[in-house]
Amino acid sequence: MDFRLSDVAETFRQQAAEFIAQHFTPEMEQQILETGIHHNWDFHRALAAEGLLAPGWPEEFGGQGRSDLEMIAFNEEFQREGAPMMAQGTTIMVLNIILHCGSKELQELLIPPAMRGEFVIALGFTEPESGSDVAAAQTRAVRDGDEWVINGSKMFTTNATEAKYIIMLTRTNPTAAKHAGLTTFIVPLDDPGVEVQPVHTISGERTNITYYNDVRVPDVMRIGDVDKGWDVMNVGLTFERSGTWDGYVVRLQRALETWATTPDPVDGHLPIEDDVTLAKLGRLAAECEAVTLLGRRSAWVVDSGGMPGVEGSMTKLYGSEVILRQGQDFVNHLGADGVRLLNEPTAPAKGEAEFALRFALGATTYGGTSEIQRDIIARHGLGLPRGR
Amino acid sequence: MAVSEAAGGWGATLLDLALVAEQHGRHVGSAPLIEAQVAARLLERLGVSGAELLAAQLSGEEVVTLGLHGSRGGMLEMVPAGTLATRVLFRDGNDVLVLAAPAERTRIENLGKMPVADLPTQGAQVLSSGPEAVAAFETAIDEWMTLMANALTGISDRSIEIGVEYVKERHAFGVPIGSFQAVSHGLATARTWADSAKLVSREAAWAADADSERFAELAGMAFGLSTDAAREASFRSLHYHGGYGFMLEYDIQLYWHRAQAWPAQLGNPDVGFARAERARLNRLSKGA
Repeated sequence: MDFRLSDVAETFRQQAAEFIAQHFTPEMEQQILETGIHHNWDFHRALAAEGLLAPGWPEEFGGQGRSDLEMIAFNEEFQREGAPMMAQGTTIMVLNIILHCGSKELQELLIPPAMRGEFVIALGFTEPESGSDVAAAQTRAVRDGDEWVINGSKMFTTNATEAKYIIMLTRTNPTAAKHAGLTTFIVPLDDPGVEVQPVHTISGERTNITYYNDVRVPDVMRIGDVDKGWDVMNVGLTFERSGTWDGYVVRLQRALETWATTPDPVDGHLPIEDDVTLAKLGRLAAECEAVTLLGRRSAWVVDSGGMPGVEGSMTKLYGSEVILRQGQDFVNHLGADGVRLLNEPTAPAKGEAEFALRFALGATTYGGTSEIQRDIIARHGLGLPRGR
Repeated sequence: MAVSEAAGGWGATLLDLALVAEQHGRHVGSAPLIEAQVAARLLERLGVSGAELLAAQLSGEEVVTLGLHGSRGGMLEMVPAGTLATRVLFRDGNDVLVLAAPAERTRIENLGKMPVADLPTQGAQVLSSGPEAVAAFETAIDEWMTLMANALTGISDRSIEIGVEYVKERHAFGVPIGSFQAVSHGLATARTWADSAKLVSREAAWAADADSERFAELAGMAFGLSTDAAREASFRSLHYHGGYGFMLEYDIQLYWHRAQAWPAQLGNPDVGFARAERARLNRLSKGA
C-alpha cells in the first residue's frame, strides 16, 4: 500500500505548475470571468506547442505516454489554479472516443490537427427534452447517398462559439428500441445550418443551446457503426466521469485557510481561534483528502488495466457533493459576509464559498446527475436490481 | 504484535494493526483490542519508564488501557476497557501518569454495551514528564483514532453488506425493495462515504510510518470521516429493514450501537476534525 504519487508524477506536477505560471495570465483569468468561456486560444496553443495537450496519449499521436497516475498530478495542478481547460477536456475526450471507436480515416483526418491545437471539439449528447436520459436523443440523422442530413437541437453545448466540431448523438432509426437506433457523428459547427444561442448559468459559465437545420455531413464523419451509437457513448461517458475533483475543493480550502489565519481587517481577531471554525476547516480538509484519494483511485484502476465505472461515479458524486455541502456550510458560517460575491474586493476568502455553492449547482448535474451516479453505484457496485 | 520484536512483540506496523482493527469492527469484536495495542505502543515509546509495565502487559499479568480524557474532578471519565483493565495510562498537563485501577468499580451502562468505567485518579503515579512524554501520549491518541477509524470502516462495510442482502430479498409491492431508488440511493451514498472514509483511514495508518509529518492530521480526518460514514451506513441499513431493524433480534442493531458508541469514547467527529486542522496548520506554518 502506498498513498504517495511517484517522483515522476510529482516532477510532472512541477512542470505543470511552471507552465501555468508562465502562460496563465491575470488577463486570461479576468477574461474567463467576463465572458464565462473557460477556453483561451493562446493558452490552448501553448499547451499544444509544448506537447501538453494530451500527455497521457502515446507519443505517436503527439502525447508523452504518461500513466493515469502521472496525469492526475498534472490535472490536479491545472484544476487547482483554475486554468482554462474546459475545451481541452472535451476535445481530448472526443479524440479518445475517435481513437477507440472511429475509423482509421476519421482518426487521420481529425487527430493530428487537433493535437496541434488547431481546433477544439464540443459535446452534443444531451438535448432540451432528454437531460440525463441521454439515449432519449431525438436529433435526427437521415442518410442521403454518401452524406447524412441532421436536424434537431442540442442543449448545454459549452464552447460552441469556440469549437469547430461537435460530437453528436443522433437518432438514425426511430423504429428501433431506444438504445438501438442511435448513431454518433462529428458535425462541423461552421455550417450555415447551425445556430448558436447563448445560455447563461448561475456559476457565470456561458453555455449554449445549438440548433441544426439540414446540416450535411459526409459519412466519413460517422463514429462507429450505424445504430451502434450507444456503445460509443458508453466509452465517452466513462471518460467524462473519471476525472479528478481535487482542484475545485483545494481552491476552496486554500482560500478559507488563508482567511482563517489572517487577522480581521477591522478588529484584528483571527477566525481560526474560534473552535467552530477550526472544526469546520478540519472537516473541509478531511473531505478534500477523500476527494483527492478517490480521484487517484480511479487513475490507479485505469493504470491497472480496468475501467473506473463505479469508482468514477463515486468520485464525481462525492466530489460535487462536497463542494455543494462545504459551499453551503461556509456561506452560512460567514453570515452576512458570506453573500459577498466572488472577486468582490470586500469578500472574505475571495468569495470562494459562495462561488463553490453556485458552481456545485451545475457540478451535481453535468456529466450525469447525482441520481444517475447513485443508480450506477447501486446497480454495478452493490448489485441491486434496476428500478425506478 | 503491536510492539517491536526487541520489546517482545511482533513488530507490527500501524497499517498491520489497522487491517486487524477493520476485521475487529466487521465482526463487532468485544475485546479491548485497540486500547491494549495503543497502550503497549505508548509504553514502548516512553522507553525506560514504560519498560516494566510493558513487560507485565505482554506477559498477561496486567491489562493496560488508555484514558482518552484528562482528569476532571478527580475522575477519569469513560475509560475504554475501564471495567477490566488493571492499569490506566493518562495525561495531565506535562505528565503521563499510570493509575492502578481500584478493585471496586462500577461499569457505566452505555449505548454500546462497552466495558467503560469512571475511575478516581487517587494514587496515580507519574510515569514520565516533559515535552517528549506529552508528544508520546498525543501520538497514542492519534493511533487510537486511526485504529478506531479502521474498525469503523469494518462496521460500515458489514452494515452495507447486511443491508444489500436484505433489500434484495425483501419484497414489497411485488418487487424487491432494493429496486426502489429511495432505498438503493441511500445505500449508494453510504457505500460512497464508506469508500471515502476507508481511503483516508488506511492512508492515516500508512502515514504513521511512511509520511509521519502528516500522520497527526490524517488520524483526525480518518476518525471524523469514519465515524460519520459508519453511522450513516448502519442507520441506512437498519432503517431499510423496516420494523425488523428496530428489533434486537437482527444483527444490524449491533453495528448501529457500536457505530454510535465506539467513537464517542473520544468524542464527536469534530474532535477529530479540530485536531486534524490544528496539526495541519501547525505543519503548514513550519513550511513542511
